[in-house]
Amino acid sequence: MTVTKKDPVIVVLQMSGGNDYFNTVIPYTDGRYYDNRPAVGVPEDRVLKINDKIGFHPEMGPIKTLYDQGNMAIIHGVGYANAPRSHFRSMDIWHTCEPDKLGTEGWLGRATKEIDPNKENVVTTVSFGPSLFRALTLPGVPVACVDDLESFGMLTSIAEEQQRNKIIDRFSRLYSPTIGSGFVMDYLGQTGLDSLAAADILKVAPEQYSSNVEYPDTTIAKKLKGISQVHQAGLGTRIFYCDHGSFDSHSNQVGMHDKLWKDVSEGVSAFFDDLREHDAADNVIMLMFTEFGRRVHDNGSGTDHGAAGAAFILGDKVNGGEYSEYPSTANEDLEQGDLVPNIDFRSVYSTILEDWMGLDANPLVGGVFEKPKFL
Amino acid sequence: MATQDVALMAHLMRRAGFGATREELEERAAKGYEATVEELLDPETQPELNRFELMRFHPWLWKPGTLPGMGSAEWLWFMVNTKRPLEEKMTLFWHQVFATGVSKVDHYHEISNMINMLRDKGMGNYRDLLIELSKNPAMIYWLDNNENHADAVNENWGRELLELFSMGVGNYTEVDVREASRAFTGWTFEPSLPRGPIGRWDWEFIYRPEDHDDSEKTFLGESGNLNGDDIINIVCQHPATATFVARHLYNFFVADEVQVPAWAVTPPRDQDAIDLLADTFIESNYDMKSVLRVLFNSDFFKNSRYEHLKSPAEVVVSVLKLVGGYEFPAPGIGEMSKQPQYMGQDLLNPPSVEGWHTGVEWINSGSLMRRVNFTADMVGDINKPGVQSIINRLKSNGTLSAEGLVDNCLDLMGPLEVDSETRQELVEHANTEGEMNWNSDSSSDSANERISEMLQLISSLRDYQYA
Repeated sequence: MTVTKKDPVIVVLQMSGGNDYFNTVIPYTDGRYYDNRPAVGVPEDRVLKINDKIGFHPEMGPIKTLYDQGNMAIIHGVGYANAPRSHFRSMDIWHTCEPDKLGTEGWLGRATKEIDPNKENVVTTVSFGPSLFRALTLPGVPVACVDDLESFGMLTSIAEEQQRNKIIDRFSRLYSPTIGSGFVMDYLGQTGLDSLAAADILKVAPEQYSSNVEYPDTTIAKKLKGISQVHQAGLGTRIFYCDHGSFDSHSNQVGMHDKLWKDVSEGVSAFFDDLREHDAADNVIMLMFTEFGRRVHDNGSGTDHGAAGAAFILGDKVNGGEYSEYPSTANEDLEQGDLVPNIDFRSVYSTILEDWMGLDANPLVGGVFEKPKFL
Repeated sequence: MATQDVALMAHLMRRAGFGATREELEERAAKGYEATVEELLDPETQPELNRFELMRFHPWLWKPGTLPGMGSAEWLWFMVNTKRPLEEKMTLFWHQVFATGVSKVDHYHEISNMINMLRDKGMGNYRDLLIELSKNPAMIYWLDNNENHADAVNENWGRELLELFSMGVGNYTEVDVREASRAFTGWTFEPSLPRGPIGRWDWEFIYRPEDHDDSEKTFLGESGNLNGDDIINIVCQHPATATFVARHLYNFFVADEVQVPAWAVTPPRDQDAIDLLADTFIESNYDMKSVLRVLFNSDFFKNSRYEHLKSPAEVVVSVLKLVGGYEFPAPGIGEMSKQPQYMGQDLLNPPSVEGWHTGVEWINSGSLMRRVNFTADMVGDINKPGVQSIINRLKSNGTLSAEGLVDNCLDLMGPLEVDSETRQELVEHANTEGEMNWNSDSSSDSANERISEMLQLISSLRDYQYA
C-alpha cells in the first residue's frame, strides 16, 4: 500500500453533549424561533446571516468565513428514527451505526481496517483525547490515542532520554510474542508493541513542524494543532478524531454556548489556515457532528435534550451550501417537543466514506443510504 | 522474601480488597488466613471512614445535585483508605452488576446515595438488597419505573431485573416481563423540593397505590395480586438466580469468564465452583457473607492467582495503596479520580445498564498505555512512603546483585511470578549496572534510581495487568 501525502484524510470533531442546532444555525426569520426561545434566543441583530432564512450563532464568525468561501456544507435535520435522547445511547449510535442494539465496533474502526488491513501503519488512525472513542474501536485495530503529542509514549515518566531508550527497548523485548502464552497475553503484547511503534512514528511530528499561524490557547485549538502537526509530518494518517464539550446546555446556555463556539470557531479557523499555509489542506475534510440537537422550547435558562441536529463538513474540496432541509418548527410537526430528523446520519457517513475515502460504505455503516452530494 | 502464607495473603487482599503493603500482609498472615477472611466478612469490627473529614476539605461533596461535585472522587478516597476492604470491593461489585449511570440520572447526590446503599447492604441478604434496589430513586429513574403506570406499563425495570439483576436470559418469557412490570407499577419517587437553579434536591421513594395495577397477575407460574416484593421473592427462589449470582462472583473474585451475553450459550469454566457457590446461596437463604466465606476458603479461589485482569478501578486504587500518601483528601483528588475513566471505567457512569465488559476487554491501545504510564509514574516516585518502604527492605540486604534486585522487586510488587524469559530480561536489564549498595551518598542515589527504574519496568509488565 503506497501512502502519499495526498491520500484523502478525514478529521472528525465531535461536539459532545448535544450541541443546540436551533441556536447554531438560526432560522432568524421564523417567528417561532423567538416564541420558543424567550430566555436563550439570539437577538436578530446578532445573528450572522448567511442568507434570507438562516444565520449562524454570533460567535461563529471565523466559521462563517469558511462558509462564505464555499468550503462548508451544512447538513440540516440530521439524526435517526426513534432517538432516545440519551447521551450515552445516542453517542453510541453515532459511533457504531447500531440504532437498535448495543454495538461495540466503531464505523471508523472498520474503515481503518479497510484502509490498512495488514496493519502496515499503526498511525493510520490517530485520536486526540484521553481515552479511545468507540467510533474508532475494533478489536485488533491499533489506534494511537494521544493526550499530549509532545509527551506521547510509553513510560514517559522516565525523563532522561538515554535511560528511557533503554527502558523502551527492554519493554519491547518483554512484550514480544512468546509461544504458548495464550490469547490474552498475545493480545496484550501486540497492543503494547503497536503503542510503542505509534509513539516512535509520531514523535517526529512536533519536531518537524513550524508555522506562522498562531493557535488560540484553548483545549480544542491544542488538539487541532496536534492533528495539523501529525498531518503535515506526512506519516500516512488517514483518520483523525477529537472532541470538544460539553455542549450539554441544560442551564446558563447563553454564556456557555458563546464560549464554546468562540473556541471552536477560532480553533477550526486556525487549523485550516495552518494547513493552507503548508499546502496541506486540499486532501483534508472535517466532519463536525453532535449526538443530538436540543428541545425547541427553552427551559428558562437553557435547553434539554432533543433529536434532530446539524452536522458540518468543511474543506477546500467540499461543495459548500445547505443540504437536506430545516425541519419544521410548527408545534404539530414536533415530536416530544423536538425537531424531527429528515436525513439519517449514515447518509452523511456514506458520502464521506465513498465519495471521499474511496471505500464501500455498506459494510461500514450497515446499509445503503442516500448520499448528499457535498463531496 | 515472602513466605507461602504471605503470598497467599497477597492474593486474598488483591481480590477481597485492593491489595496491601508488605507490612499489612505480614500482619494479616500472622493472624492466619481463615481469621483474616472472617475479619473481612465482619466489617463492623473495623472503624468506618469519616465522610465529614472529606467534606470539611471538599464541601462540594454535599448535595451537588446536577453538578458533578466531587464526582467519583469521594468513592476513590473510600476505596483507597477504607479499613473494610471487602465491603468496599462488594460495593464495586454491585455497581458493576446493578450498573446505573449519572449521564442519564443527572443527579450526583442520588447516585452517591445509591453507592452508599450498596455499601450498606451489599454484604447482607441478596433478597433484601433487591428490594432496596427496587426502591432506590436513582435506579427507578434510570430504568424508567417512574413511568410505569397501571394504565401505561413501562417494562424497562421489570425486564432488566429479570435479565441483568437476577435469573438471566432464557429463564422467563416476555409475558413474565410484562407481569413483573405490572407488579411494580406505583413504585416511584418524588423530589423533596422542585428542581431549582442550583440543581436537583433529594428524591424520595414513594409507593402510589392509586397507580398500582391491583389485578391478578401470573409470574413464573405463580398467580395472585402480585406486588414488587412478590416478584422478588419468586425470582430469588428460582435456581437460575443462584447460578447467576455465582457466575458474577466468580468472574469478579476468582477468574475471568466470558461476558454475560455469552452466559446463555457458554458454560462456566469451572462448573463445580459455580455449583458450590449457588448451593451455598440457596442453603443460606441468599446470605452473601455465607457465599463469600465459601468462595475465599475454597481451593479454586486459592489456586487462581493472577487469573483476573484488573479493572481500571483496581489498577488505580491498588497502586495508590501500594505507594501510599493518599490518606489525606488533598487537592488533586478530583483529577486522580478521572484516571479510571481515562482507562475506560468512568465510575458512577457505566456506558449502559449492562455495565462494563471486563477481563481482556478492558484493554485497547489507549487504555493499555494509560494503565502502564500511570502505574509506572506512581511506583517510580522514590519520595512516596510506600516506595520508601520497599527501598528500605531492599537496603536491609546491604548489597544486592542484579538477580537479587530483580527477585526482591518482583517479590515486593506481588509476589509476582513471571516466566523465565521475562525474569531473564529483567536480570539483563539490572546487570548492565552490576551490584548495588548504599555505602556512600552517590551509591545510595544510584541504588535508589535503579530500584525506581526496576519497579517501573515491573509495573509495565503484561503480568502486572493481572491480580
